[in-house]
Amino acid sequence: MNKLKKFGLGLIVSLFLSFTANAGSIKIGTEGAYPPWNSKDASGNLIGFEVELANALCEIMKHNCTIVEQDWDGMIPALTSKKFDAIMAGMSITDERKKTINFSQGYADEVASLAVMKGSSLENLDTPEGINLSIGGSEVTKALKTLTGALAGKTVCVQTATIHQNFLDSGDVGKVKVRTYKTQDEVNLDLTSGRCDAALAAAVSFTDYAEKSGKAVVLTGPTFSGGAFGNGVGVGIRKGDSKLLNDFNAAIDKARDDGTISKLAIKWFGFDASM
Amino acid sequence: MDLELMTNSFPKLLSATMVTLKLLSVSLIIGLFIGLFFAILRMNKNLFINKFAYGYSYIFRGTPLLVQIFIIYFGLGQIEYLRSTFLWVVLKEPYWCAIIAFSLNTGAYTSEILRSAFQTIKPGFIEAGKSLGLPRKFIFYKIQIPIAIKQSLPAYGNEIILMLKGTSLASTVTLMDLTGVAKYIISTTFKPVEVFIVAGGIYLFMTFVIHNFIKYLEKKFSYQ
Repeated sequence: MNKLKKFGLGLIVSLFLSFTANAGSIKIGTEGAYPPWNSKDASGNLIGFEVELANALCEIMKHNCTIVEQDWDGMIPALTSKKFDAIMAGMSITDERKKTINFSQGYADEVASLAVMKGSSLENLDTPEGINLSIGGSEVTKALKTLTGALAGKTVCVQTATIHQNFLDSGDVGKVKVRTYKTQDEVNLDLTSGRCDAALAAAVSFTDYAEKSGKAVVLTGPTFSGGAFGNGVGVGIRKGDSKLLNDFNAAIDKARDDGTISKLAIKWFGFDASM
Repeated sequence: MDLELMTNSFPKLLSATMVTLKLLSVSLIIGLFIGLFFAILRMNKNLFINKFAYGYSYIFRGTPLLVQIFIIYFGLGQIEYLRSTFLWVVLKEPYWCAIIAFSLNTGAYTSEILRSAFQTIKPGFIEAGKSLGLPRKFIFYKIQIPIAIKQSLPAYGNEIILMLKGTSLASTVTLMDLTGVAKYIISTTFKPVEVFIVAGGIYLFMTFVIHNFIKYLEKKFSYQ
């Protein structure tokens, strides 16, 4: 009985200590399933561009940071319910998300693209190399028209709650059958199995998958930016947490100026995706 | 609490409930036949047939439904050979993959429920039938099966309710059932509490209806 009491007391004390130890430190949520932005190595440790960038930013801010894992579809709710204090998960800055959370300035930008299996009828589309939906113009309208025709009745797969899903839902490419998955891994699996006629995600996540799996996944159509695709990837922060927001903005400025972001981007993406 | 979101999402969730009910009823019907078939095999004296039926229920009761549905959907989809056969016509569709997984799963539980129901039938009933000179098949279909159904109703009612909740896993293979649509609404509003409360309420109501229906059947079939 006495032992039990001691154990209980110890538990309470250690809980108390762990709470106090956390004051002055922040938690950063990431998905750990969206390489090369963030993923896990074979032993389950979080790795990737954003994991290293988060550590670099925390060092600049002199914050004690822990990076925690969170499923993508619960990312923003987890932030608003204070499971962690910042999101660094390849999350694009969009107006839709800004209604719920704030974003720091962008630290990296990356275009989206459609991908198909080699030999697909969608492989050679007559579209420009890249289109920016915010700029618009006749070229963009024409490209969207070409895509609408090509994708009519096709099944296009995306990860749920992403800018890619928003874009397909927006109707810019007509009525395609949108299939949503919990993770990008599952999208890739169903693209290779042939259940999806095409998939839409960050271009780099397809090239990364093609390289690592050896599957014949190829990019097709234009690369997309602007509009529903947002304005770069930034740190998601709760509304009202303005001090942390300022800290991150200052830290990103510093990391950009001293070349840290570029260096990490080249390491993980193979090109300078920093912004 | 965003009450407006709750009322706005209610009709969308209600139409998704139809998908859930379709998944549930189709897999329960198929599962009942599978269950009956394997329950009969389980009572076979042939050791090989007996063990085969036991192995089936052992595997499907011993592994999580989520794992089963993932193996059938993502696992089988990775086998290149399978994709060139006629089976792919069925397995390509997430709907049929879910139905296969749910039917096999509920079939395993149902076979155990029915087997135990058959085995608790007092030998006197069968002997009475025999002494009247009824044929063996007649005794089985007109005496054993009705008694077994009666015996298994409470356990089977439980199984229906478990299966109803199990269908929520269909959303993991891209189906837009009640849970799938709830998740979709959350993906654009970022308000899980409100939407899941409404979805949970609909599940609860369905459970309430199933529970009372089974209770009514139990009363109807009781000996008194």
